[in-house]
Amino acid sequence: MIAEIGLAALWLAAALAVLQMLAGAAALRSIDGSVHPLAVYARPAAIVQAVLAVLAFIMLLRAFAITDLSIKLVATNSHSMKPFIYKITGTWGNHEGSMLLWVGVLALAGGLLAGFEKRLPDRTMGATLAVQGFIAIGFYAFLLLSSNPFERLPVPAAEGIGLNPLLQDIGLAIHPPTLYAGYVGLSVAFSLAMGALLTREVNPNFARAMRPWVLGAWVLLTLGITAGSYWAYYELGWGGWWFWDPVENASLMPWLAATALMHSVSVLAARDALRTWTIMLGVLAFSMSMLGTFLVRSGVLTSVHAFAVDPERGAFILALLLIYIGGAFTIFALRASAVAEGKRFAAMSREGALVFNNVMLSAILAIVLLGTLYPLLAEAFDARVSVGPPYFNPASAIFAIPMFLVMAVGPLLRWKEDKPARVLFEMLAIATVLIAVLVAVAITGDYPLLPVLGLGLAAALALAAFLPLRGRKLARVPVAVWGMVLAHFGVAVSLLGMASEGAFTEERLAAVAPGDTVKVGDWVITLQGVAPVAGPNWTAIEARVAARQGDGAAVMLAPQARNFWSPAQATSESALLTRWDGQLYAVIGTQTPDGRWQLRVWWKPFVTFIWYGGLLIALGGVLAIIGRVQVDVKRRKAAELGEDRRAGLADLVPEPAE
Amino acid sequence: MNASGTPSRLRWWMWLPLALFAFFAGLAGYMLTQEKEQFVKSTMVGKPLPAFALPPAFEGRPGAANTDFQGGKPRLLNIWASWCLPCIAEAPQLEALKAQGVEIIGIAIRDRPEDVARFLERHGNPYTRIGADEISAVQLELGSSGVPETFVIGADGTIRYQHIGDIRPEHVALLKAELEKAQ
Repeated sequence: MIAEIGLAALWLAAALAVLQMLAGAAALRSIDGSVHPLAVYARPAAIVQAVLAVLAFIMLLRAFAITDLSIKLVATNSHSMKPFIYKITGTWGNHEGSMLLWVGVLALAGGLLAGFEKRLPDRTMGATLAVQGFIAIGFYAFLLLSSNPFERLPVPAAEGIGLNPLLQDIGLAIHPPTLYAGYVGLSVAFSLAMGALLTREVNPNFARAMRPWVLGAWVLLTLGITAGSYWAYYELGWGGWWFWDPVENASLMPWLAATALMHSVSVLAARDALRTWTIMLGVLAFSMSMLGTFLVRSGVLTSVHAFAVDPERGAFILALLLIYIGGAFTIFALRASAVAEGKRFAAMSREGALVFNNVMLSAILAIVLLGTLYPLLAEAFDARVSVGPPYFNPASAIFAIPMFLVMAVGPLLRWKEDKPARVLFEMLAIATVLIAVLVAVAITGDYPLLPVLGLGLAAALALAAFLPLRGRKLARVPVAVWGMVLAHFGVAVSLLGMASEGAFTEERLAAVAPGDTVKVGDWVITLQGVAPVAGPNWTAIEARVAARQGDGAAVMLAPQARNFWSPAQATSESALLTRWDGQLYAVIGTQTPDGRWQLRVWWKPFVTFIWYGGLLIALGGVLAIIGRVQVDVKRRKAAELGEDRRAGLADLVPEPAE
Repeated sequence: MNASGTPSRLRWWMWLPLALFAFFAGLAGYMLTQEKEQFVKSTMVGKPLPAFALPPAFEGRPGAANTDFQGGKPRLLNIWASWCLPCIAEAPQLEALKAQGVEIIGIAIRDRPEDVARFLERHGNPYTRIGADEISAVQLELGSSGVPETFVIGADGTIRYQHIGDIRPEHVALLKAELEKAQ
């Protein structure tokens, strides 16, 4: 029964998505005063659709929890003896389940929007829900016609096949749903942008409705990317934390667009400027999410992440992209010129700095997009190329460096127009720190250019992040401003980690016999022995390595070289030793003919700051949401007091500064 | 709340995103319809066999070196392993080629002598020589990325042809033809 309830819920939800689209479109046709009779169904349809889609997902969770082997998806992806937690996470560890999760989150986001968003005009809300319903229809069709998760087997299987052992990892259990929720959260921004474009209601109210969705999606994307980067770092055993792999880029591109959108939507909310630009970014952010889904799911690009490669499904998603992205860009081209221009501002102003950084972020996005798609383009002409760090690092740095400089100064500027002389002291302080660190690093050693610049910028940004608080009563600083300070400081922390890892990492690859020692950084590492160990579905050789820093006590590390037998796969289980100022990273390799072992060790100073920074950025985003919601609630209460008082309050309580 | 601005002019850049997206969609659509090249062809095809000398993989046959391919006739170089399942599937085809007078020299990848012996006992031994490549060193030099793979080596010691994956019955005639071309 579970599968049938789930499938029925999905079909009903799809039908409601159609109703939601029609009712929303009807609302759009309502002429002032007279409401179209169909229009009232848009909100309830969205809410019930959300309940049904979530119900379908819960049914699939239940099927996996009890290992219902009459369902094809469970039989091919689960196993009765698997630990319970991995039974549950196995629900989305496969194509069909993850698409159901995608659709579930999409419907939930639409339902929440329909249930709680009250400040938008009815026509804009109707258009937004129509677009949201229209997107949902496509993905329901995809799910029901080509990826039915509830398909029954004619004869129930005796036992399940199991889940890829690499995916039996708690980090990977959490990382995809986080990213998905982020991707799909951007769908609301997309629908709102299209709704506002269709009704030409691009104004601060619309921006305030959009902002929490953008912030929320952005926080989830930040967390998802941070977690994914750390997973690749410790699990793959290559010692790197970012590989510019197509699938990594597919998550980075929506993040870049969402970062630009988040800042642009704040300008629109506070200053009623950047109208078309905000709409453009709203369309772009979700387009990048769908593009990412397409690249991951279709297999057009070769990637280490190619999980569920299927050209037929690829064609289906490409058709959906054509409809949604192509449609959105067409409406944008036709309608955007009809949106009234927003307020003007001087180049030297808060808006000016935000626009500059928006352009820089978009340029980096273009660089990443070009690098990701270039192999596809080259392959069409029968050339095999792979694009890697030698392209991505310098090309994105060209735009990232001016962006970081403007990011240091931008928050200090006033809205609309400002004079450089007013922030001269702050600018001098930032420049002093930047130059001092650059000089200090340059004279202590011979390091590559980009990491040195990164260290200088990180120090300057760390200082600059707190300068907006200068001269303010800390207790009265709005929560959203704390959010900005924290997020910008997080960028500095993360940049410090990246630059430090790039400049100061020490690496030793040595063939050692038990008893031999290797030195890396101020660590002395002794191989004590190598022994075979066995796990539930793997065997491994495990090295016992003693690491001693200076005169400190020895700490034991146990890197493994594992061999899984079903499916046959060799993995390196690196051993990590974390100190506040860095990480020791050890990998055991193969045995040399004379009986010694390849031992690879890195000392990576401050590498953990990369991910601490990511967490700080996400925390900053959370504070910004809290701050914005607080202000919105106050504003709404004030609005209830009446039109006159509201006009008065708008002057008294201006939009808090970014 | 609306600023009372005038509608801006129709600008060409508003069509730019659509144009770029149309280009991408066309490219992606084209690539989706193309047969995906699953294997990485060796760039060594057409070049002389790199120098190597491998110890015997087990007691029953001598080891293999590049010099074993010189002189007289074209030969097959078969890269395999006792732990490789498709290698079992291609064993009858190698036997068939041997029966047709083809000399096959094997390289066993990351294997153990006792496993090699057991495999050959069970599935037949079509090889005149088998070298042991403990760390895939020779395999990588040949530009081979997996097991099994089979190279046609010409009478002059150059690599003429690469067959990726197991040899199916329909491939036997194909390999025979390549061997003849390599005279």
